[in-house]
Amino acid sequence: MDLKPIDAIPTDDERAAVDHVLAARPPTRDLLLPVLRAIQARVGWISKGALAHACARLHVPPAEAWGVATFYHLLATEPSPRRVLHVCDDVACRARGSAQIAESLAKGASRDDAAWKRSPCLGQCERAPAALLVQAGAPPIERAIGPIDAAIAREAIDGAPPTTPASSGVHQPRESLRLLARVGVVDPESLDDYRAHGGFSALRRAHELGAAWVIREVTDAKLLGRGGAGFPAGRKWAAVAQQPTSTRYVVCNADESEPGTFKDRVLLEEDPFAIVEAIAIAAFAVSAARAFVYVRGEYPLAAARVEHAIAAARRRGLLGDLPIEVRRGAGAYVCGEETALLESLEGRRGEPRSKPPFPVERGLFAAPTVINNVETLAAALLVVRDGAEAFTAIGTAESAGPRLFCLSGDVAHPGVYEAPMGLPLRALIELAGGATQGIAGVLLGGAAGTFVGPDELDLRLTFEDTRRAGTTLGSGVVVVFRDGTDFGAVLHGLAGFFRHESCGQCVPCRVGTAKLDELLARVRAGAPDGSWDDERARLRDLGHVLREASICGLGQSAASAVESAARRFAIWPDVGKREEDR
Amino acid sequence: MAHDGGLVPLRRKVQLTIDGAHVTATEGQTILDVARSLGLDVPTLCFAPNLSPANACRLCVVELEGARTLVPSCARLVEPGMVVTTDSPRVRDARRMVLELLAATVDMQATPRFAEWCARYGARVDRFGAPEARAVVDDNALFVRDYAKCMLCYKCVEACGDDAQHTFAIAVAGRGAHATIATELDTPLPDSACVFCGNCVGVCPTAALQFRAEHELRAAGSWDETKQTRTDTVCPYCGVGCVLTLHVQDDRIVKVTSPSDSAVTHGQLCVKGRFGFEYLGRR
Ligand SMILES: Cc1cc2nc3c(=O)[nH]c(=O)nc-3n(C[C@H](O)[C@H](O)[C@H](O)COP(=O)(O)O)c2cc1C
Ligand code: SF4
Ligand code: SF4
Ligand code: SF4
Ligand code: FES
Ligand code: FES
Repeated sequence: MDLKPIDAIPTDDERAAVDHVLAARPPTRDLLLPVLRAIQARVGWISKGALAHACARLHVPPAEAWGVATFYHLLATEPSPRRVLHVCDDVACRARGSAQIAESLAKGASRDDAAWKRSPCLGQCERAPAALLVQAGAPPIERAIGPIDAAIAREAIDGAPPTTPASSGVHQPRESLRLLARVGVVDPESLDDYRAHGGFSALRRAHELGAAWVIREVTDAKLLGRGGAGFPAGRKWAAVAQQPTSTRYVVCNADESEPGTFKDRVLLEEDPFAIVEAIAIAAFAVSAARAFVYVRGEYPLAAARVEHAIAAARRRGLLGDLPIEVRRGAGAYVCGEETALLESLEGRRGEPRSKPPFPVERGLFAAPTVINNVETLAAALLVVRDGAEAFTAIGTAESAGPRLFCLSGDVAHPGVYEAPMGLPLRALIELAGGATQGIAGVLLGGAAGTFVGPDELDLRLTFEDTRRAGTTLGSGVVVVFRDGTDFGAVLHGLAGFFRHESCGQCVPCRVGTAKLDELLARVRAGAPDGSWDDERARLRDLGHVLREASICGLGQSAASAVESAARRFAIWPDVGKREEDR
Repeated sequence: MAHDGGLVPLRRKVQLTIDGAHVTATEGQTILDVARSLGLDVPTLCFAPNLSPANACRLCVVELEGARTLVPSCARLVEPGMVVTTDSPRVRDARRMVLELLAATVDMQATPRFAEWCARYGARVDRFGAPEARAVVDDNALFVRDYAKCMLCYKCVEACGDDAQHTFAIAVAGRGAHATIATELDTPLPDSACVFCGNCVGVCPTAALQFRAEHELRAAGSWDETKQTRTDTVCPYCGVGCVLTLHVQDDRIVKVTSPSDSAVTHGQLCVKGRFGFEYLGRR
């Protein structure tokens, strides 16, 4: 491959940003995203000269690098202000007034050196309305703030030092908890403190009892994945361990971008050593050569804490010769989909792969790969530490163990709650102090999930009960909406999210999400194209093609929340509550 | 791409059922390969026999027993015991919608068989709106790029990159509804890595990429494939001996392609074979 270089010269800053990433390592293609991120962090946008230098150093075709740079919404490919406030405009923040903040900011004067932008869910829903301040430089500033109001937002844009959130968003007494036992209790930056709370005893136990024992125990614990799909973790580990190869990888999926989800962030920020220990256990179990933690770009503190934890554990010799590397996303919900994540890690556009083959067979760099959600790994740590029996003693026969739920919207105390699987939805909402007003509906599982009505609050939160009820636990999202909620606006927001986040690879999703968004705009405006029955037929057809013919779960679930709402709420302007499809 | 060079490993036989027929296929074949060998007319847009499956248009989806969703027949390899249905209502509805969504966003009028498929599946091409106009990119002497007709099938990217040319002059840029085929920073092709092999033009299914002669004739309204003859010859320029198919309309060579099943070219040519006919015409 003979490359034709881009004819442009980088600035000293741009050159330094690229060269810093590549200082101590071979310039491999998978470093493209870290390099582009570094340019963005230092300069605030990726210029032609910067791209030229990145391509030359990494030997990447310029057209491909451009394709990657234009894929991620935290990378700017046009001149941009140094300071940008990303203001969340997503489902939980809207329930708490983010639309008014955006409206007020839109009226304000603009400046050359600073700007604000609407953002999909920032994973800070317990502090809604939330924002993320990013200021390019050496070093850059990246800080989550929330809850915000218009005045705080404006001050942040104008350069006031951002306020750091105080509480961890965990309100339950820790003694009763397992997954969250150390959150807000240990010093997340102290390895000694972690060890004083039993840290690294599970890894020691794994080494004592052997890899086969670990896999058997995780299998016997019936641990199902917490990232959304609910695949048995033990089976995944066993499949990778059995592959006839010498190279295997473990990837921790910390991309957490499902709107309404923030549980993984809390674990990564407040108990990072536990995630590092769990990754070491998984890698030991499947004999992985290398491990990665892919942290979403909007989680600067989580990434820093995990990096610190890895370094501290390595210095103490606790990780043996296992390299664990933190890689950061750059703004793309689809990169949470496991194969899109692998593409992203390899330095490509985050476009999901065709499955089969599945990652357990052909994953990162074509090698067998375990990819697990942060919480799944945290739960596996419990299994190894306390045994499968202690794990299955919690929850139901089919849904074992404790689980984290992200409560937001119109509840008294938004936050992460740990509950045994099987708890009724109503009781979970009570744990969060109850709804602030009468409940009109609850969004379960996130934007990719479904709505349930106020008459369905006795639903037991297990994989089997939710499946039977035609809904999903997804990533543990519970967004509560009060009476009087304008569901037309909520649904339009969800459709806009999928339109924004579709990777664009397949026709059903690339076009279908845009058409769904247009349809909901017409519903909201009360202006149908033809009759409302025509619009109902369009929704049915869009739902069908998205679900049946999209490549990945993003497209497959893009209409599910809207369809579930159409069955339960009065969304069509021409009639009251319709129950036709029930 | 499946260029079988050297020793061919022994392939196992695979038994499966397609539309009720029990068939014996060979490991490594796709559902589409087998369906077509049975004479079933499964529509495809992003599939090409000489490129790896892009798996993007989803027009070729079929029903597979036990699968949660429909599966792309062009990309899915056969497995023992599969039970496949290629024309159920579930399949037809999905194909109809793929056609309607494409028609709403892309100018598909120059795409062979598109109108026929719309009729077959009952697609109403105006139900989801009409495509937006886009300016034709006319930045070189040999071909034009009319991206209003681009359905993002990825074929040109594959032909320019891993699957044939290894030039990587073009790629997909942007995301979602904003995705386009582009050079870096939309640099004009002559300033990009492009070597003008025309392989991208050769694989484009929608005529978004057109050789200049075709573009001129289409603009004049005189492009007429029924009046064209195709003659195979061997490229005179070098010792490789690529098979050229000359498309002639009104005594003028309007396009040069190569058969995708040619063992020499696999459908791909270089600038001389593809565009040297300008010289033939002048002789
Ligand atoms: C659009 C999309 C986004 C996803 N985002 C995430 C995510 O942010 N975190 C995650 O763990 N899983 C996510 N998943 C699920 C992953 O594909 C995969 O199932 C999961 O990481 C497997 O880990 P688990 O078995 O431990 O849950 C997503 C899936 C889809 C389709
Ligand atoms: S379903 Fe959407 S996100 Fe997934 S591959 Fe297709 S276009 Fe991309
Ligand atoms: S003409 Fe050849 S080199 Fe140029 S873009 Fe097309 S495939 Fe690539
Ligand atoms: S230009 Fe043609 S070949 Fe390339 S993606 Fe578009 S439709 Fe496909
Ligand atoms: S941070 Fe705003 S919805 Fe999640
Ligand atoms: S032909 Fe199979 S997905 Fe396009």
